[in-house]
Amino acid sequence: MKLVIAIIQPYKLEEVKEELYKVDVNLITVSEVLGHGRQKGITEVYRGAKETGNLLRKIRLEIAVNDDYLDRTIKAIVKGAKTGETGDGKIFILDLKECIRIRTEERGSIAIG
Amino acid sequence: MINQADTLFVLLSAAFVMLMTPGLAFFYGGMVRRKNILSVLMQCFVALCLLSLQWILFGYSLSFAPGTGFWGGLQWFGLNGVGAQPYAGYSATIPHQAFMVFQMMFAVITPALIIGAFAERMKFAAFLVFTLLWATFVYDPLCHWVWGEGGWLRNLGVLDFAGGIVVHTSAGIAALVSTIIIGKRKNLKHTPSPHNLPFVVLGTALLWFGWYGFNAGSALAVNGVAVNAFVVTNTAAAAAGLSWALLEWIRNGKPTVFGIVTGSIAGLATVTPASGYVSPISAMIIGISASVICFIAVAVIKPRFGYDDSLDAFGVHGVGGILGTILTGVLASKLINPAGADGLLYGNPKQLLIQLLAVAVAVTYTFVATFIIYKLVDIFFRMRVNEKDELVGLDLTQHRERAYTILE
Repeated sequence: MKLVIAIIQPYKLEEVKEELYKVDVNLITVSEVLGHGRQKGITEVYRGAKETGNLLRKIRLEIAVNDDYLDRTIKAIVKGAKTGETGDGKIFILDLKECIRIRTEERGSIAIG
Repeated sequence: MINQADTLFVLLSAAFVMLMTPGLAFFYGGMVRRKNILSVLMQCFVALCLLSLQWILFGYSLSFAPGTGFWGGLQWFGLNGVGAQPYAGYSATIPHQAFMVFQMMFAVITPALIIGAFAERMKFAAFLVFTLLWATFVYDPLCHWVWGEGGWLRNLGVLDFAGGIVVHTSAGIAALVSTIIIGKRKNLKHTPSPHNLPFVVLGTALLWFGWYGFNAGSALAVNGVAVNAFVVTNTAAAAAGLSWALLEWIRNGKPTVFGIVTGSIAGLATVTPASGYVSPISAMIIGISASVICFIAVAVIKPRFGYDDSLDAFGVHGVGGILGTILTGVLASKLINPAGADGLLYGNPKQLLIQLLAVAVAVTYTFVATFIIYKLVDIFFRMRVNEKDELVGLDLTQHRERAYTILE
């Protein structure tokens, strides 16, 4: 089992969701986060004065998958989020020790899907 | 002879009506997704700035100077000759400038109403040019025909007390035309929920409040017609808000906040042309018809035809304005306003025909003129933002600002 964490551009969320649904990955958690990597970002203006270097708004996706689903999940995220420009984001993959569905108390692979 | 009470009343009414444009900004702003709220507030606010100046320079003259039956001409360019003396053609008891500034606020809010149709996808620069041209070539002529001295529809005897034709029909039809040409918003699998419903309620409250100035103020004097207009305005809004909520309750299982406020606005728009001529009981009929018909327009017709009138500028204002203008021809009574006319129910079917003709003229003219203006501006400025800007949101891409922060 793996935990996929992806940081993407907020405006790409719809496309990424769409790609994930296509490959049958439906269980995702989405949160709004701030951060920046190498991207300078869109400059904001405060009463006429330009401000740069603000943290940028990003979307974080968390998806727990069984190993055989990992590849298609990554491909779907890349397909939906990639523009080729700085700021497209990152995908982190972590080993997942355990997963428990609260309603049934099932554990492991069966609890993920 | 200047009457001080009348003058004070009209000036205060002008201030009430001014507040409707920021009210509309919140009404619309709450409905869009949060990445676009500033763009809506900005469009409404800039309409207030831009059209205030247009009105002083030539808009008022085009609309209200005596001119011909079809346009006012430039006789009053830059308010030349529009001063502290009354102009009997409009009101003998208030300074001409008081009438001018009261009408200015109508000229401001009308183009702002159209924003609801193309919200979340129009380029700001194109919006400015479109709004200026639309005000000059659609609003000003139409205003002259219906309200201006010598205007040809006014001479035919059309009844439009506070702008069912001039304001709501024209803005609503322009909304329909522009929403069809500009096309749907990108990536919409389902209609997005309003990002801030309390703002929509706040905006409605400001609009309802301002509408007393809009309708009662249109009497231009402190008299029985003004009082009646005040009462029927409130009555229609109340009847429409309540009946919309009931309709939803029956059809969808729950009455919603969004529904009751939408209904109230539909009632206000619909009673506008009738407000100087109908009784409070007639206003209830108007309010209930407004919510039933606008509900059908918004909840049944729009989904069937699939146009993306984002904030229902056509469904509420256009449909309401047309309905109200027609109902005025049915329910108007000289008992309420001796200077008006009787409608169908009071034995004068001719009035209904005049109302229908005026609606047909306003719809046709607005449709064609808006289409031409839209296409013309589109050639030079491209009306629609590019796809990425639309997805990122207009606040950041058009104004380099955002409405809400997170964390800090």
